[in-house]
Amino acid sequence: MAKLTRRTVITAGAAMAGAALQPVPLLARDDAREGEGAHSNVARVRLMINGREHQLSLDRRTTVLDALREHLQLTGTKKGCDQGQCGACTVHIRGERVLSCLTLAVAVQGQRIETIEGLSPPDGPLHPMQRAFIDQDAFQCGYCTPGQIMSAVACVREGHARSDDEIREYMSGNLCRCAAYPKILAAIKQARGLMEPA
Amino acid sequence: MRPFEYAQAENLSQAAILASGTGQGQTDAATQFLAGGTSLIDLMKLDVLRPRRLIGLSGLQDANERIELSGRELRLGGFAKMAAVARHPLVLAHCPAVAQSLALAASAQLRNMATLGGNVLQKTRCTYYRDPTWAACNKRTPGSGCAALGGFNRNHAILGVDDSCIAQYPGDLGVVFAALDAQLDLFGPSGPRQMPFVALHTLAKDRPHIETTLREGEIITQFRLPVGALTRRSVYVKVRDRASYEFAISSAAVALELEAGVVRQARIGLGGMAYRPWRSLEGEQALSGKPLTETTMAAAATAALAGAKTHGFNDYKPELARRTLVRALQEAQAMAPARDA
Repeated sequence: MAKLTRRTVITAGAAMAGAALQPVPLLARDDAREGEGAHSNVARVRLMINGREHQLSLDRRTTVLDALREHLQLTGTKKGCDQGQCGACTVHIRGERVLSCLTLAVAVQGQRIETIEGLSPPDGPLHPMQRAFIDQDAFQCGYCTPGQIMSAVACVREGHARSDDEIREYMSGNLCRCAAYPKILAAIKQARGLMEPA
Repeated sequence: MRPFEYAQAENLSQAAILASGTGQGQTDAATQFLAGGTSLIDLMKLDVLRPRRLIGLSGLQDANERIELSGRELRLGGFAKMAAVARHPLVLAHCPAVAQSLALAASAQLRNMATLGGNVLQKTRCTYYRDPTWAACNKRTPGSGCAALGGFNRNHAILGVDDSCIAQYPGDLGVVFAALDAQLDLFGPSGPRQMPFVALHTLAKDRPHIETTLREGEIITQFRLPVGALTRRSVYVKVRDRASYEFAISSAAVALELEAGVVRQARIGLGGMAYRPWRSLEGEQALSGKPLTETTMAAAATAALAGAKTHGFNDYKPELARRTLVRALQEAQAMAPARDA
């Protein structure tokens, strides 16, 4: 039997609620063959996420963030402001940290996307940055944490973690309303020497 | 966000063919080019921009992102990402003000997304423009008026404004480009074209919904910047409400060529103050041929702000701009003399 987690409960609950309200099965709605074409809003989109290829039928307006959360159940990436101001949705595309809320899925087809779920193997050890966030207690509510960690990993790889001030400057795109900033700084300092060179 | 059609261009010729409907400098054209998306997608979510068609340009990036020095000209690809330009050794060596203006802009994530071409074309942060529930905005809805004139205009422009629009140009890089004679290479349906960067952005003049002189379908493919002793002694000073990740409330780009303490050439750009990327010829003339002292710097700052027009909440701006400019002049003066390589 599959391990019961908070996430599986929420997902199952949402699916049941959706089923009750939706006369059309979700799978059929996602099948684009009928509606596809220049005047339809639906496009067939190929996304490369954490080393796996996904073929999706998406409304063209779908951002990478919504594709991850609503269509692939990769809910580690968080929606904060949805306006490019908070950094909670940070993922890596082509190896660089970007905001998934301002990136249309149709515009990054075939490009390598890495999310928090792909940072360490499912049964393997945590990434040094994940370990450091736990060791340093670098979060309170945890909502901004996946974005902070993805941003922090890139910050170190870019070579922008050489001093406290530099870390603060290059992490300024990730807001934390719990203000865990001093501990996030400590976590990045712990992890920076332990990370493999990119 | 409203529905749109989407087409992806793989090269400049394809983009030009697909480009009908991009209009001539209008903010709200029915067809929009999508590069980094950091302005466009944001404004589409806010329902400020309502394009019916997007032309994806990510396929043009690899061929148009080069950063190179050719003789005395620094060439920056129109699709180079802000982050890549900010850290490039040629940029740091030949025009530190360009690198500084980029490093001090936006956040690390946004600098990885935004292209130089998109950066100079970014839209104003005027809160009345960005919120369609305000009916009066000549930039969004021509002829509807300007809610900012009598509104909360703390962050609005004081130079190059008229009563049709007091929106502020929000960018940093554009201010440096305006000050330092950058040139643009464009490509459009009728082929390539060049023009000075200062000719790109228009003044409001009762039609603030027209923002640039770009013709239908034109794309910025490259920026060319003449470099030498002048640009090697250049700085960008930015004043913000918070220490990082914020637009300028005041900024100054300065480049100096000095000979025994006397100004041979000075270049001055002002940000956070003006309707468009602002070069102050008045400020430059006030310094030309003069020794660089506190008195001459203050005189240049006074000259640069002589045409300022404030609207209440931004009454503080002329003095802040003068002090920002003096600070930038002092920083440029303190730089080690640039050897003409």
